[in-house]
Amino acid sequence: MTILINQSTRVMTQGITGKTGQFHTRKCVDYANGKNCFVAGVNPKKPGKNFEHIPIYATVKEAKQATGASVSVIYVPPPFAAAAIDEAVDAELDLVICITEGIPVRDMLRTRYKMQEHKTLLIGPNCPGIITPDEIKIGIMPGYIHKKGNVGVVSRSGTLTYEAVAQLMEQGLGQSTCIGIGGDPINGLKHLDVMRLFNDDNETDAVLMVGEIGGSDEEDCAYWIRNNMTKPVVGFIAGVTAPQGKRMGHAGAIISGGKGTAQEKLAVMEECGIKVTRNPAEMGKLLKSVLR
Amino acid sequence: MKIHEYQAKQLLREFGVAVLEGIACFSVDEAVEAARKLGGSTWVVKAQIHAGGRGKGGGVKVAKSLNEVKQYAGEILGMTLVTHQTDERGQIVRRLFIEQGADIQKEFYIGMLVDRSSQRVCLMASSEGGMNIEEVAARTPDKIYKVFIDPIDGLTDQDADDIIRMIDISQSGASEIRILLQGLYKLFDSTDALLIEVNPLILTTDNHVLALDAKINFDDNALFRHSDIAALRDLDEEDPVEIEASKHDLSYVPLDGNIGCLVNGAGLAMATMDIIKLYGGNPANFLDVGGGATSEKVTEAFKLMLCNTKLRAILVNIFGGIMKCDVIAAGVVAAAREVKLTMPLVVRLEGTNADLGKKILTESGLQILLARNMGDAAQHAVTAAARREQS
Repeated sequence: MTILINQSTRVMTQGITGKTGQFHTRKCVDYANGKNCFVAGVNPKKPGKNFEHIPIYATVKEAKQATGASVSVIYVPPPFAAAAIDEAVDAELDLVICITEGIPVRDMLRTRYKMQEHKTLLIGPNCPGIITPDEIKIGIMPGYIHKKGNVGVVSRSGTLTYEAVAQLMEQGLGQSTCIGIGGDPINGLKHLDVMRLFNDDNETDAVLMVGEIGGSDEEDCAYWIRNNMTKPVVGFIAGVTAPQGKRMGHAGAIISGGKGTAQEKLAVMEECGIKVTRNPAEMGKLLKSVLR
Repeated sequence: MKIHEYQAKQLLREFGVAVLEGIACFSVDEAVEAARKLGGSTWVVKAQIHAGGRGKGGGVKVAKSLNEVKQYAGEILGMTLVTHQTDERGQIVRRLFIEQGADIQKEFYIGMLVDRSSQRVCLMASSEGGMNIEEVAARTPDKIYKVFIDPIDGLTDQDADDIIRMIDISQSGASEIRILLQGLYKLFDSTDALLIEVNPLILTTDNHVLALDAKINFDDNALFRHSDIAALRDLDEEDPVEIEASKHDLSYVPLDGNIGCLVNGAGLAMATMDIIKLYGGNPANFLDVGGGATSEKVTEAFKLMLCNTKLRAILVNIFGGIMKCDVIAAGVVAAAREVKLTMPLVVRLEGTNADLGKKILTESGLQILLARNMGDAAQHAVTAAARREQS
């Protein structure tokens, strides 16, 4: 099964004609079944044109009707990205993956509010995307470092996720699906939402959860795991050395009012029966140790 | 982005929030002139820096005469204020705010911020306002009341009335506080603020409510649509190294250790700092070169790290995805040559074109320690820094 996406998923790209959109669409098309998966692009100014054999439509709705695509990936620049998410949500797509970094918080507050009445799920923004290895990749992660397997990966960062995947590969462990949920304070799917999906997925046998300072998503997820998860979960939290009040790159990675520290998160995770490591070089080894 | 109290109060005024009359000053003479212009017999001389805790640090003084205004302005202007919100070096006071005095009956606390878990703006209020609000929050969190604001309806009369009832402000102040709260939310929403704090909000002895202090932080990602607010930025209040970093689109935070870290990606950069600490070393900085680093950007990153005289070793940790390791390697070599690097340099390259990158480093003839993985890299960097520290 894998979660959220597989080789039968049909994807449209919002912002396909921009530099970033073009670059990554090519990479996604070249990965595994990508050629069959990426079926449409959206640009209101270029309907009827093509991007390397991918037809471009004026709106998400038209792209959905014409191609049956039910998933969208967004590379639209930050000032317009929230509106792009809104459009995909209004068209009742199943899933939207927003790669764009730097969307104003106020825009995301409104977008998330509107999403309450719709079925659409959101990954991101400010995220690397999602990959089901050897089937489909939607996002900016390097595809070749992955291999099909039975470990689920969920993380708030980009390159730290790649690091985690590389460590799994060193242990000979492939992945069912890897999701980067993004580093912004107001986002879509959280650790907890993804964990539920992995718990129900028959191709996932264990989960590697990578978090970072800021907010309480990891804690919320840990409490849910304690009461509901039937599979082993291991974790790492980045930012034990981060000072309070300083933003560590990601808009969401900040310890404020003494809340959201890595120590606090690690303590809650351990309390909930999750094996954690404080050494980011040992994520792969730790996961291997819990596989039954 | 942060702004000064006097700038925040000007915005408050524009949104119908009651504040005292006050004038911003840059010299002692201006301060005396401001007090004369404001009239009355009591003035408050307030240091304008971006950090809170100014009162406790001696940066806020009540003057009962123009002579006292002159004396206090002279004392505060140019002083280095160290508060719990500054670092240990403190912040030099370059601007003053001279404000009328007020007769305080009671102090309250009002805060507004973006709450991640509810994905709403949260209005917080407490009847325990004043200098010790952080203690109140820690010791008696039930004395801080919260209302989560609907982004479409805004702060409703009902929301405001709930707060008024909960903080038990006198009936005479109720209608004024409703206007004040709604004005604050309108300001928050229309300027893309991330945080507004009014501490204290006061009820005067003649039953009016006023914002006696004000702090506002804005969303950097939204400044493109608020040129008026972007113009309020005061570069004197920011770390020059961080300003330089942001010019080159680098995310840099100085820390107090001696091992410089150059990493791509915020999560991996934090993890790199963590592993250095875990192996007994101390990171000198957080530095994320981002997803699209060029050779020039890597050189700039090296220069930034080398501004730090405490630096004893550099660790470069790159996981190439979009970013190619050979490009980074070429950047590292160019940077090491340009700055004539003498510092021990440990490089770990993984991902896209890693082998090509390693080849470039090996063939450069430079003293570079190539690490096998992240753990190996951290161990080498910690050892090298410790050896340097001793010699």
